[in-house]
Amino acid sequence: MISIADALVRLDGMPQAADLAVDPTASTVAIGGRTIHADTLAWEVPIAGTVYGTLLNFTGSLAALGDAVDKPPYKAPPQAPILYIKPANTWIGHGAPIPVPDDAPALEVGATLGVVIGRTACRIAPERALEYVAGYTIVNDVSVPHESYYRPSIRFKCRDGFCPIGPWVVARSRVAAPDALALRVFVDGELRQQNTTANLIRPVARLLAEVTDFMTLSSGDILMVGVPENAPRARAGQRVAIEIDSVGRLENPLVAERDLAAGKRP
Amino acid sequence: MKRARVAFSGALHDAVDAGSRMRLADGRLVDEDAVVWLPPFMPRTIIALGLNYADHAKELSFNAQEEPLVFLKGPNTLIGHRALTRRPADATFMHYECELAVVIGKPARRVAKADAYRYIAGYTVANDYAIRDYLENYYRPNLRVKNRDTCTVIGPWLVDRDDVPDPMRLALRTTVNGKVTQQGNTKDMVHDIGSLIEYLSGFMTLGAGDVILTGTPEGVVDVRPGDEVVTEIEGIGRLVNTIADDSAFGRG
Repeated sequence: MISIADALVRLDGMPQAADLAVDPTASTVAIGGRTIHADTLAWEVPIAGTVYGTLLNFTGSLAALGDAVDKPPYKAPPQAPILYIKPANTWIGHGAPIPVPDDAPALEVGATLGVVIGRTACRIAPERALEYVAGYTIVNDVSVPHESYYRPSIRFKCRDGFCPIGPWVVARSRVAAPDALALRVFVDGELRQQNTTANLIRPVARLLAEVTDFMTLSSGDILMVGVPENAPRARAGQRVAIEIDSVGRLENPLVAERDLAAGKRP
Repeated sequence: MKRARVAFSGALHDAVDAGSRMRLADGRLVDEDAVVWLPPFMPRTIIALGLNYADHAKELSFNAQEEPLVFLKGPNTLIGHRALTRRPADATFMHYECELAVVIGKPARRVAKADAYRYIAGYTVANDYAIRDYLENYYRPNLRVKNRDTCTVIGPWLVDRDDVPDPMRLALRTTVNGKVTQQGNTKDMVHDIGSLIEYLSGFMTLGAGDVILTGTPEGVVDVRPGDEVVTEIEGIGRLVNTIADDSAFGRG
């Protein structure tokens, strides 16, 4: 069971996550009486459950498929939540480099809200679903760009470092309306995408109810609510930042995989 | 050595095979039917192969691809030996899949096929159920088909790597209520164990506890509440599971 008063924070060297006061707008954390900017610290991923993603849960992302949704290979719009998994090898913290493979000129930035589960959630009713939420975080669901949603290779989504998470998990009590959070993506400081969780096809509570009808979510699991349409792309050498109101700002540099292997750091 | 994880007398235990009984880590000898069997290791990433036997791919009208068809599963779906698997009332086609499960023992990154076995801890049996009614044409096979609670049975034993001289030549079979419904041999995998570890470790670092479910041969049939499904792999184990209806799970 996870219960958070302010925010769950795990810095490099901490044996376990701590509950600390953060300022999501200023990107600061209070440690030992000092207020420190997140970018000056080294961050670990604050949780260790299973990270699930939800496909096509923004109205615009489904609309972007257009007529194709009724044609092969899809033949119909999704009937139930379509989920996927970002495995443990993909997780990195705030500020850590995202490795860019040699054969990918650019990577796709999948900006999304991560719902962090606080206690075992199985067959939960939508009207009580938020009681099972410990808090919220930001997830960058990175992909090698690919066209098809039919049966994409996990090579495109599950490479090492393809899932920045953080910087922290903000307590549920600090996020009044998870279905009305503005989301912005910046590449090298330039605003490249804006959307809001008001555009979710299945809002947070309904998504949790439908997912937990067929699979149990456990304390520490993260359910990503979906990635908005027109995901921006970024290249090695650039920095990607995702901001979500009330939750915070997650920034990571993209670095060529061969440079990382050679020990280079941004 | 054959290793298990079991619940017994109010606690969880590691155990090893001791002939007709098992020996707990604290030295107690107990009967195999006196314990609750758990998955035999703590899973990290659960990797599964679709259509990795040519005959099964043909059965599902699928042309084998050059790249292995891989999907991932969550830990919620796992149950141990001799447990119940739920068949939802609205399902019309639910089938088992007998699979050799390869458990990784240490971090593996960019491992060549020839070195792949050095990264394996051991082997166990998996029965990876699918409910085809829920198949949609997005991220096939979607988690509603393949990642349901109770729908991945695994065990009974994790058999040490060095106790399995040739994992690419093992007979597999499934029986439903004692009748043989599926038979195959691991030699007929499209992508063999070494190739799979080379492929996966080429883009993702594998870690201890990661498991690769290597796919199933032809012969999948619908199973109904009350059916006893036994998936068995030569030298690895005999994994028993029973199908139950919604009422056994507090539904309907």
